[in-house]
Amino acid sequence: MAALALRPQRPTQQHGSPRPALLCLAGGTVLLLALLSLFVGVSDISPADLLTGDPDVRQTFLVSRVPRTLAVLLAGIALSISGFILQLMARNRFVEPSTVGTAESATAGILVATLVLPGTPILGKMLVAALFAMAGTALFLAVLRRIPLRNTLIVPLVGIMLGGVISSVTTFFAYRFDLLQTLNTWMIGDFSGLVRGRYELLWIVAALAVVGYLCADRFTVAGMGEEFTTNLGLDYRRTMNLGLVLVSLISAVVVVVVGAIPFLGLIVPNLVSLLIGDNVRRAVPWIAVLGAGFVLACDILGRIIRFPFEIPVGVIVSVIGSVLFIVLLVRGNTGAR
Amino acid sequence: MITIDHATKRYGTTTVVDAVSCTIPRGGVTSIIGPNGAGKSTLLSMMSRLLPLDAGSVVVDGLDVSATAGPVLARTLAILRQENQLTVRLSVRDLVGFGRFPHNNGRPTVVDREHIDRALAYLDLTDLAHRFVDELSGGQRQRAFIAMVLAQDTDYVLLDEPLNNLDMKHSVDMMRLLRRLADDLGKTVVLVIHDINFASCYSDTILAMREGALLRQGTPEEIMTPAVLHEVYDVEIQVEQIRGNRIGVYFA
Repeated sequence: MAALALRPQRPTQQHGSPRPALLCLAGGTVLLLALLSLFVGVSDISPADLLTGDPDVRQTFLVSRVPRTLAVLLAGIALSISGFILQLMARNRFVEPSTVGTAESATAGILVATLVLPGTPILGKMLVAALFAMAGTALFLAVLRRIPLRNTLIVPLVGIMLGGVISSVTTFFAYRFDLLQTLNTWMIGDFSGLVRGRYELLWIVAALAVVGYLCADRFTVAGMGEEFTTNLGLDYRRTMNLGLVLVSLISAVVVVVVGAIPFLGLIVPNLVSLLIGDNVRRAVPWIAVLGAGFVLACDILGRIIRFPFEIPVGVIVSVIGSVLFIVLLVRGNTGAR
Repeated sequence: MITIDHATKRYGTTTVVDAVSCTIPRGGVTSIIGPNGAGKSTLLSMMSRLLPLDAGSVVVDGLDVSATAGPVLARTLAILRQENQLTVRLSVRDLVGFGRFPHNNGRPTVVDREHIDRALAYLDLTDLAHRFVDELSGGQRQRAFIAMVLAQDTDYVLLDEPLNNLDMKHSVDMMRLLRRLADDLGKTVVLVIHDINFASCYSDTILAMREGALLRQGTPEEIMTPAVLHEVYDVEIQVEQIRGNRIGVYFA
């Protein structure tokens, strides 16, 4: 991974510069990956086939490949950005929606919607999921405020425990009502079912990510703490609430449409932080590009490892992500921070 | 001018600051001294609306701190607390740039750039501008925060124990700097400080607090007497005149 290659050159000087050329290079790589993604899959499609105009090929391409690739890009961008915003809000590098109970709460929300209001259309389920995600995240932030010792490692541990409790309750009810199988489709992110007509909701998260970018400075300021924020004349509560809504909505939509993709929102922002620091306005384009690229690479990998079978992207990201998470934890703990 | 009228803060049944009333003049350096638990930091936090008042009022230049809109007050008064642990990884220049937030809402202009450059130069940070704040030494970091407050361009600068964790050299540098802020830039500097001798040498006005009450307000000459200091700290402190400054000796 790029992560490991980056480690030796820990920035010392002159690292405030945005390095636009590198960003373009990274963006170009993601575009190439996206092109590759369009032509990897069970049915064999080559660019030449598209040009000859075989209607079947074109159909598969437009109905399955293009939506899938777009979905991967949108989800990758939005989840990475939401992870970053959450890290600023919790003032801790080691949290992200899937380690603080946000994603678990969203899953609980869909289960409740499915059980209580079986006929609800997907938008309704999403709304319920979003409300649950907000409640779960707010609970986490409320718990954080009550922890006297804000040790760097205690914070993610609290989140993981909270997520564990929520998810075990969810699993219990899913088991009781024979919905375990359905539950799995939300708990493990998978892009394989995303054809035209099923992925479009993800444009919502793209819009939310743009809102996050536009309010970028507010989140950086909030990341410096309540007193700092107040000193600069910003309403801390309101900024936190805005972040809470953004993060919860993004998580809920992604869980409903794709399923959970753990660790993504953790790894990407941490890498970018090492690269260029945390000034949100500068970091967000990087986070978007690297987030999209990382998920895309994992999704392509999942498609070719056991070709023609697919391994869900959630599994691949979890495996790579958990390893990187441990690396970052060990590093972060020995570092001066 | 800062007018404090019966400012009160209670936590449960304990009153931390008890109906303190005073006026802090415009311009110059004002130090708040007193033993631990006297309510110094709490008073400073209330003056800067970081803590809501339970009773009373604080008015800074005609602005009631509990009623004025955040950005308006942020252009009049800046507060720097003692704990400045950044979890956000920012370059020095970015940090200083955030001091402009109340003026530009995150959309920097040429004027903002000038303010930032000036603040960096004033604190001798120009060469460190691109370094990350978490890579600086304690003294440099403290300077970076002061530069941010300076870029905020407020008439009033409030600091809570700015000498915390600084060695002698850096403490002297910091106090000289605060003096310059008042003398050269015409700012009103208010700080909470533990070292009575720094307060004596660098302040125009000293507020002496004890047990949530304001005991005395006066010039260093008025406050730095064995009688007043005994009243404040409950310790016998000899006061010597050294090179025109009143120095309290309490080490033995």
